Amino acid sequence: MTGDGLIAQRRLSLVDLLDRLLAGGVVVAGDLTLRIADVDLVRIDLHALISSIDDRVPAPWEEAGA
Amino acid sequence: MNANHEELLYAYAVTRDAGAPGADDLETLTGVAGEPVRAVRHLGLATLVGPVPAAGFGEAALHASLEDIACLEKAARAHQRVIDAVTATGACVLPMRLATVYHDEAGVRRMLANRHAQLGAALDRLDGCVEWGVKVHASGSAAQAPAATGAGPRAPRAAVSGRDYLRRRAAARHAHEEEARREDEAARGIHAVLTALAEQTRLYPPQHGPLAGPSGRNILNAAYLVRREGGDRFTSAVAGFADLVPEDGVRLELTGPWAPYSFAGQATSGQTGTDQATSGQTATGQTATGQPTRAQPTLGRPAPGEDVP
Repeated sequence: MTGDGLIAQRRLSLVDLLDRLLAGGVVVAGDLTLRIADVDLVRIDLHALISSIDDRVPAPWEEAGA
Repeated sequence: MNANHEELLYAYAVTRDAGAPGADDLETLTGVAGEPVRAVRHLGLATLVGPVPAAGFGEAALHASLEDIACLEKAARAHQRVIDAVTATGACVLPMRLATVYHDEAGVRRMLANRHAQLGAALDRLDGCVEWGVKVHASGSAAQAPAATGAGPRAPRAAVSGRDYLRRRAAARHAHEEEARREDEAARGIHAVLTALAEQTRLYPPQHGPLAGPSGRNILNAAYLVRREGGDRFTSAVAGFADLVPEDGVRLELTGPWAPYSFAGQATSGQTGTDQATSGQTATGQTATGQPTRAQPTLGRPAPGEDVP
């Protein structure tokens, strides 16, 4: 029954991409844009749409062995 | 230094200078503003940047456009396209977080100098690895409202007496809890097995909300850093779970391989805790250099003074 959508490989949904682009990646301060307040503001505005970019929502369990 | 106010530099990724794609590789590549992408090389590292109009990528404009989901998607997909193209050349890539913008090449070089040790360590750590994303959704009735189970507690008209109603309600709640427990256990088991096949893991908060779509309750949203040569073993394991777990009421979703977005800013697996930059609003610039980066868990709170000479 693997063919019926149980596993959808390589599909790149926006929400997965935003998880990574807004919560992952190297964080360095740019010269002028999106310093602390800006990034937080963008996140606050977006988090109704994409709850997973909000780190205050805890994962369902702690990282194993951490 | 900032003489040209018409143009800014949008930064996509850091690579080793030696592994950075050449002009040929970048020839047809365009970035978030449809601009050509080039490498700024300094001290053995390279940052891939593209000149973008200040009018669209200045502070106010960027802030406004990122709040617009259509603009955000366009930028995110363009950013991803550049990362993908660079990854395809075989280079080890450290993707930048979305919307990292510099006035000029001097600012980019300054960043490479200030963060040299951290960036170098991250490139060493991630070399030869890719990221896979695995999500587990509960597709059983526990994913729905509790009322969906059996006779349902929200069907009082069907109950002949108050006692019957309460009994059915308790039974339904119990079944629902049991199902949710089984689903969580299944997800936990999947995560444990996949973690053993990975160099590092990172758990994202579960996805919900309009963008996440009606996929059932998201009970695992994880990224796994896997050596390239271990990719087949990892994806086979995921496929195996997809075959095995339907009876547990869960559904798996695999994405990737990704550039190591989820691990680029992370010192070790599962690291959480407070960002060093959240305290000491002004003086963290000098102490930040050389420290393992702790920025990941707190989502983009670089010290205000960071990377500023």
